[in-house]
Amino acid sequence: MRDLSKTIWDVIVVGGGNAGLCAAIEAAETGARVLILDSAPKAYRGGNSRHTRNFRCMHRGPLSVLTGAYEKDEYFDDLIRVTKGKTDETLARMTIAASEECLPWMEAHGVAFQKSLSGTLSLSRTNAFFLGGGKALVNAYYNTAEDLGVTTRYEAEVTHIVVEDGAFTGLDALIDGTPSRIEGRAVVIASGGFQADLDWLADAWGSSARNFLIRGTPYNRGVVLRDMLNQGAESVGDPTQCHAVAIDGRSPKFDGGIVTRLDCVPFSIVVNKDGDRFYDEGEDVWPKRYAIWGRLVAGQPEQVAFSVIDAKSIDKFMPSVYPPETANTIDGLAQKLGISGTKLRETVDAFNAACRPGNFMPTELDGLATDGLTPPKTNWARPITDPPFYGYSLRPGVTFTYLGLKVDETARVSGPGGPLANVWAAGEIMAGSILGEGYLAGFGMTIGTVFGRIAGQEAAAHVA
Amino acid sequence: MSLDIPQTQDATSEARRQIEICNACRYCEGYCSVFPAITRERAFGDGDITQLANLCHNCRGCYYACQYTEPHEFALNLPAALAEVRVESWARFAWPGRFARVFQQNGVALALALALSIAALFWALTALRPESGQGFYAFLSHAAMVAIFVPAFVFPFAVIAIGLKRYWREAGGTAITMAHLKSAFGDAARMKNLSGGAADGCNFEKTDRYSHARRHAHHAVMYGFLLCLASTSSGTVLHYVFDMPAPYGLFSLPKLLGIPGGFLLTIGAASLAWLKIKADPSLGAPSVWGGEMAFVFLLGATGATGLALYGATGTALVSPLLALHLGTVLAFFLTTPYSKMVHGFYRLAALVRDAQLRG
Repeated sequence: MRDLSKTIWDVIVVGGGNAGLCAAIEAAETGARVLILDSAPKAYRGGNSRHTRNFRCMHRGPLSVLTGAYEKDEYFDDLIRVTKGKTDETLARMTIAASEECLPWMEAHGVAFQKSLSGTLSLSRTNAFFLGGGKALVNAYYNTAEDLGVTTRYEAEVTHIVVEDGAFTGLDALIDGTPSRIEGRAVVIASGGFQADLDWLADAWGSSARNFLIRGTPYNRGVVLRDMLNQGAESVGDPTQCHAVAIDGRSPKFDGGIVTRLDCVPFSIVVNKDGDRFYDEGEDVWPKRYAIWGRLVAGQPEQVAFSVIDAKSIDKFMPSVYPPETANTIDGLAQKLGISGTKLRETVDAFNAACRPGNFMPTELDGLATDGLTPPKTNWARPITDPPFYGYSLRPGVTFTYLGLKVDETARVSGPGGPLANVWAAGEIMAGSILGEGYLAGFGMTIGTVFGRIAGQEAAAHVA
Repeated sequence: MSLDIPQTQDATSEARRQIEICNACRYCEGYCSVFPAITRERAFGDGDITQLANLCHNCRGCYYACQYTEPHEFALNLPAALAEVRVESWARFAWPGRFARVFQQNGVALALALALSIAALFWALTALRPESGQGFYAFLSHAAMVAIFVPAFVFPFAVIAIGLKRYWREAGGTAITMAHLKSAFGDAARMKNLSGGAADGCNFEKTDRYSHARRHAHHAVMYGFLLCLASTSSGTVLHYVFDMPAPYGLFSLPKLLGIPGGFLLTIGAASLAWLKIKADPSLGAPSVWGGEMAFVFLLGATGATGLALYGATGTALVSPLLALHLGTVLAFFLTTPYSKMVHGFYRLAALVRDAQLRG
């Protein structure tokens, strides 16, 4: 294999996910000599982009697979709603405006799109779905990069970015476990967040974080982020926050991805380990509530909860990857879930007694609420009476972390003495600059694509 | 003969496990008809799995796009799982089933069948040589050819009809309308399910890069085969209806159909074999790789020997080449219900059933 330290690379890209690949392709298209270092083995390349399925795209009329129009202002309003205003308006508006021309660029670089998936019709106007999902996108970009002469090394973990007098000169990396110094004239840092580093999460969340499941790649350990922060790089985002959703408690510790989601909560009652309800399961439609349930479950004993439904509701939501626990009695179900049967029966009886007659409408807020129950269930409250009864365990699943590097409109990173001469950042590692709180479906890939392309162009222009 | 074939139940259970994961993901909906068919269901009976397996064209787009392939603990390999169910189902539907296992899996058995057929034809050419006759008929009389090939042609179709009936029952098929047939034949004619949908082709010989090579090679084989069949049929019609027996000139219907057909079949089969060597065998059913390869060669050989026979017109090679060609054709037809050839029939049935389920 080629000795990477024998070359002075024009542009080194740290992290081979969507943002890093976009940067590498843009830089290589100018003729720059580009190296991608990805810490994962080839089978797991692409970081969290492997698990994505679409990107949110502004458009003034029907565009490729996108229907209707999704104008800048509506897009920005959606962003303000989820972030509660925690965004950088200039960067946000720039990202939104640039998203429109990303779609044809992506198609020209090998990405195929498909109509919005069944069960996601609500996104057909706002989000363009990748055919085959994010891994197919990642494959397409790696092939494009390879055709452009980009060198890629997997299992190459960057441990230190060497910055001298405000400028990058090279980096230290473990290549196949051997420490190497690799020199370059510009660097694009696209190595993601730190959500796979459970110790770091525990520092921010307390030891309960060790019970969290990580929905994405185990390779996003934030090594480069921490290194840059230690060197005084300007940061952005709340260091104690991560985006966590409620997922199936039986999911793999890492990399469970999309299939671990559970959409049954609004039609269920959710109890903790003690058999007690703790929040209004019917507060709003699930796409608007799944994110808060990550935190809610994280706040319960042992960070676990159980969603219980009966035969009436089993086909009212998307199928999930693990079959539910099933029993013909509430006691039997409790036994299978490992909680007290007496307690679960009491909770179910109290809930059933509080249910009122009314019209159940699964796809909209139907106002079918409990009467005199604490906490209440304000929609879809139907008594749990028809066997068989089903139970799913829930755990918090971490999607991403908010703490990152602060960048300007040119994706440039700043150090203690102002902007660094030749260091750019793109993707999840700088997304906190725009997404200060909450999440907007497909927006992470938009940030990655827009800033990856900018970072690649800027780095290439710097070394030209 | 390999004895480590997974039991039906195992192959079907494994496919069901994988399909249930696919149904919770749905990222691959745009590749082919299998995924929209999956999303229409919540639970999958054995018949549903058989139907999905036969609907799959093994384009492999879903495998390379999948975030859950090994080393991930979900260990998805849907093209392989469905291939295993598919070949199991053909063996189960075939009558008698024992033959299916022999020829599907075993290239040597298929080669042996070929050698025996050719030897039989050499014997026939020697033993039954007519007193007189034109063209081929100087070597083997028309009556003798009919006596050999009519049963060899009728038999496979009768056996396949039995299999299709069993398939239809297992897949839960209902009354077929013209609309169903139009949809199924339209999809088959274009090989829609090998097109990759919005992707530019399928993932076969170039791993995660898309290519149309397999679809084009398959088109060459399929249309080449149909042209050859049309050539023979046109000859039959000329013989019986118009009293115009062979040999036919270059500008006759049998030759105008047969020569391009023979070339397409030969080149297409050679391409398919080459692609199959380049592709990853673990994304198919590895146990039948040899049998499939032998089948592709047999198909190509029917085209190549036919062309060689035509090329040898008027030379001393006609007699041995006639034995070679007719022997190849005989082996092809006799093994049809038990070779990879059945895939076309079951896939068409699956496309018809899919058209029904789409409503």
